[in-house]
Amino acid sequence: MDITQVLFYALSAMALGSAIMVVISRNPVHSVLWLIITFFAISGHYILMNAQFLGIVNLIVYAGAIMVLFLFVIMLMNLNAETEPQKNKWLKLAGVVAGGCLLLVLVAALKQAEVKGKIAMLGTGDIGLIRNLGKALFTDYVVPFEISSVLFLSAMVGAVVIGKK
Amino acid sequence: MLIERYIYLAIALFCIGIVGVLARRNAIIIFMCIELMLNAVNLLLVAFSKMHLAAALPGKANAGIDGQLFVFFIMVVAAAEVSVGLAIIVMMYRNTHSVDVNFLNRLKH
Repeated sequence: MDITQVLFYALSAMALGSAIMVVISRNPVHSVLWLIITFFAISGHYILMNAQFLGIVNLIVYAGAIMVLFLFVIMLMNLNAETEPQKNKWLKLAGVVAGGCLLLVLVAALKQAEVKGKIAMLGTGDIGLIRNLGKALFTDYVVPFEISSVLFLSAMVGAVVIGKK
Repeated sequence: MLIERYIYLAIALFCIGIVGVLARRNAIIIFMCIELMLNAVNLLLVAFSKMHLAAALPGKANAGIDGQLFVFFIMVVAAAEVSVGLAIIVMMYRNTHSVDVNFLNRLKH
């Protein structure tokens, strides 16, 4: 068992454990903090797969910007564990059973898949570097890139319009 | 690293997100669970982009770069979605003084 496998299992356990804590913790602020830990673990996976650009962007955009926005909204509303309404426990159990059924179906579908035995190459290849990604982004994918700028503008206008009234 | 392990990890993260959406009533937690599901898909896309496609297509140097660009666009769309969605949640809180999604059943009546 070499170092990349140890890192893979450690990061996977960290991601899964903190994702479960996001769902079960009562206080929304704690949920946000656990979600940030999940994003750090996923960024570790990206860096392990030599996708450095996506790892850093994941940290900056998700853990840096989006989660700060969530924390800001939670603090603006002054939510805490006492004021949060809880579903009754049969509905919670039904949700967990439904999610477990989906897990079962997906794992069973994977048993028949053709991808079994293929290797995801860790630590090699340079398609995740900024140079190659930037070249592809500004040649093959330049139209979706420009359209996403329009999407950002409309999202900004929409947020202002919704928040104003 | 075998690709199945990444697929199992992504499936587990996605199902945790589904359970969070189904079992919680706080709109902000539901929104965070949607982000969790998006990240599970992102992780799977990056893992597939590193599957050894370069051996199958010898002429193409950066085979599999599309997966990582899709992840980039998913992040862009997620950022736009969060800004609008949080504005909607703030407006809902202003009207009902709660972020409980069970208050939002007025379309039923």
